[in-house]
Amino acid sequence: MNIVVLVKQVPDTESPRKLKSDDSTLDRAAADGVINELDEYAIEEALKIKEAHGGEVTVLTMGPAKATDSIRKALAMGADKAVHLVDDGLAGSDALQTSYAIQQALGRTGFDIVILGSESTDARTGVLAAMLSERLGVPQITLANKVEIDGSAIKAQRVTDYGYDRVEATLPAVVSVVEKINEPRYPSFKGIMAAKKKPVETLGLGDAGIDAAQVGLANAATEVVDFADAPARAQGQIVTDEGDGGAKIAEFLASKKFV
Amino acid sequence: MIDFTLTTEQEELRRTVERFARETVAPVIGDLYERGEFPYDIVAAMGKMGLFGLPFPEEHGGMGGDYFALCLALEELARVDSSVAITLEAGVSLGAMPIHRFGSDEQKARWLPVLTSGERLAAFGLTEPGGGSDVPGGMRTTARLDGDMWVVNGSKSFITNSGTDITAFVTVTAFTGDGEISTIIVPNGTPGFTVGKKYSKVGWSASDTRELSFEDVRVPAENLVGERGRGYAQFLRILDEGRIAIAALSVGLAQGCVDECLRYVREREAFGREIGRYQAIQFKIADMETRAHTARLAYYAAAARLLAGEPFKKEAAIAKLVASNAAMDNARDATQVFGGYGFMNEYAVGRFYRDAKILEVGEGTSEVQRMLIARALGLPPA
Ligand SMILES: Cc1cc2nc3c(=O)[nH]c(=O)nc-3n(C[C@@H](O)[C@H](O)[C@H](O)COP(=O)(O)OP(=O)(O)OC[C@H]3O[C@@H](n4cnc5c(N)ncnc54)[C@H](O)[C@@H]3O)c2cc1C
Ligand SMILES: Cc1cc2nc3c(=O)[nH]c(=O)nc-3n(C[C@H](O)[C@H](O)[C@H](O)COP(=O)(O)OP(=O)(O)OC[C@H]3O[C@@H](n4cnc5c(N)ncnc54)[C@H](O)[C@@H]3O)c2cc1C
Repeated sequence: MNIVVLVKQVPDTESPRKLKSDDSTLDRAAADGVINELDEYAIEEALKIKEAHGGEVTVLTMGPAKATDSIRKALAMGADKAVHLVDDGLAGSDALQTSYAIQQALGRTGFDIVILGSESTDARTGVLAAMLSERLGVPQITLANKVEIDGSAIKAQRVTDYGYDRVEATLPAVVSVVEKINEPRYPSFKGIMAAKKKPVETLGLGDAGIDAAQVGLANAATEVVDFADAPARAQGQIVTDEGDGGAKIAEFLASKKFV
Repeated sequence: MIDFTLTTEQEELRRTVERFARETVAPVIGDLYERGEFPYDIVAAMGKMGLFGLPFPEEHGGMGGDYFALCLALEELARVDSSVAITLEAGVSLGAMPIHRFGSDEQKARWLPVLTSGERLAAFGLTEPGGGSDVPGGMRTTARLDGDMWVVNGSKSFITNSGTDITAFVTVTAFTGDGEISTIIVPNGTPGFTVGKKYSKVGWSASDTRELSFEDVRVPAENLVGERGRGYAQFLRILDEGRIAIAALSVGLAQGCVDECLRYVREREAFGREIGRYQAIQFKIADMETRAHTARLAYYAAAARLLAGEPFKKEAAIAKLVASNAAMDNARDATQVFGGYGFMNEYAVGRFYRDAKILEVGEGTSEVQRMLIARALGLPPA
């Protein structure tokens, strides 16, 4: 099984994130880069599929040179090799362009299954799985919290607002995962040491067959028009219990769709 | 020659354990500590991560790392909790290490895979009711060869990891003849080997420490570790190394005090401002950071000599002395910074305060460290 897992390096949510004033892109140098949280679950799922069905796990990352930190960590967790799509021409690409660039890179790696997070913590568009499967012309299973592979069939459970759907498709397919799907492993020291020796292929635009006129900030289909700092956190809502405290809290939680 | 920067791989290990401690240990350890419960789930998770195999070769299930890698992991764990850190320290450096260093091929093949994976723990039975500092002097335990069986009689005090559900065996230091000391593996469950109930301890409350007694305990002759009569040299080697590990653990506690204070002094207000604005508080924290930093340099230096195959006895003693002092001093200062809350068990610094004291005692008291340093300087024994 040729399993490709998409890994995005994002700024650590624990350090402050800022947009640059000159071009409205994220100031990626200002924060520590980490693996997008949901992508750790994607990696874990890829490793589990490999452990159960054999095959190889390839990490695919599009991002600046610094993203090698995240690639190495994914390899330390147990992935076999990596492809790093890195080119100044890609900087500032929007979701549409990112999906195109990743599609081109997938043309080089091939795949039976592409696993990715259901959304990133920085841009949070949550559209990549859909865009990618459309471009690739393969089925998409999004928001999966359970995946089972049986020959060329893939069965999954996807979370919805009202419960979950059971869906089934044939491979090759694109699957995006949520955090309930598994518990990502911590890399072992042996894994960390082994990661050093695993192959990482670096691809520029030309290597991946990406048309420079279709990527990068200048060619983006969307544009960030304005931005402002997030407002300071408002004071919490205090519920005074006059015998109906429980009901009020339940009401509040329901209004936020927590229950 | 002068380079104290971690390699990329060491830094990755450090960060992985830091994250594990924060995500997996911190949320549950307070309760376990309060109830005096051994952290089985945490130990299992550490096993999965390979922490029990850090300094051992891959052929026995180890991670192919070294003693310094173990120290880095201990420091990061102890920043959050010392019961967990000492469980790892004793499991690796006192439990599995004697088998790795001195054991026969059969002993290694039989025991190391389950020890390096963290599925089982081994304990180090040296200290006795009659004394821990003066081991031959205070030691009464004997092992007599009867045909092809050792017959062990005696008792041991304060033995870490000796009575958990996953303890495999204790290596017992015993007289095997007149002035002859040897080390013998005694599996838990052997008839005549009684594991006492847990001590009620001032600190390290989630770790397992017990008194052991041996009454005509019979184990096969091949349970001898290494050569007969080498027991003294063996435990000295294990303790010399172990001091670097205890120093790393102490640095972790000292740094944990700084971490906790940095958070707290920005939140807590007194006389109209954050207490972190008062110089008296800032200086305390600056002193705490200074102690943690210098103690870290001391254990890095001792570990560097160990890895280079150079003599490290004096450096290890210095590291342990400096680091345990740093831990005690920082714990006292950190609880002071926390005011009344520092005296509450639910705050990590309260736990640190209770956990710090033993660092000046275990694996050689501070007096013993000073004795070792004085001897290394050529001063005569008493
Ligand atoms: C502040 C900000 C505003 C932005 N505004 C817009 C906008 O308005 N419109 C727009 O189209 N784009 C926008 N972007 C774009 C953008 O660069 C996205 O980060 C990128 O296109 C991927 O989209 P996503 O992270 O939202 O993908 P998502 O669909 O949220 O991510 C899902 C998964 O896709 C995978 N993935 C995503 N990116 C990569 C990658 N580079 N390499 C490997 N795997 C990856 C990961 O597995 C991830 O978990 C913005 C970015 C930022 C930081
Ligand atoms: C929680 C815990 C876990 C432990 N785990 C283990 C374990 O796993 N395995 C194990 O074998 N042991 C273990 N120990 C025992 C520990 O190593 C001993 O307690 C320690 O070595 C001190 O020995 P002692 O308690 O007999 O003190 P003593 O040796 O009786 O010392 C009493 C005091 O006299 C001082 N002193 C002694 N000799 C001199 C001298 N010549 N000059 C000046 N001062 C001197 C000492 O420094 C100390 O202050 C553990 C102890 C504790 C509390």
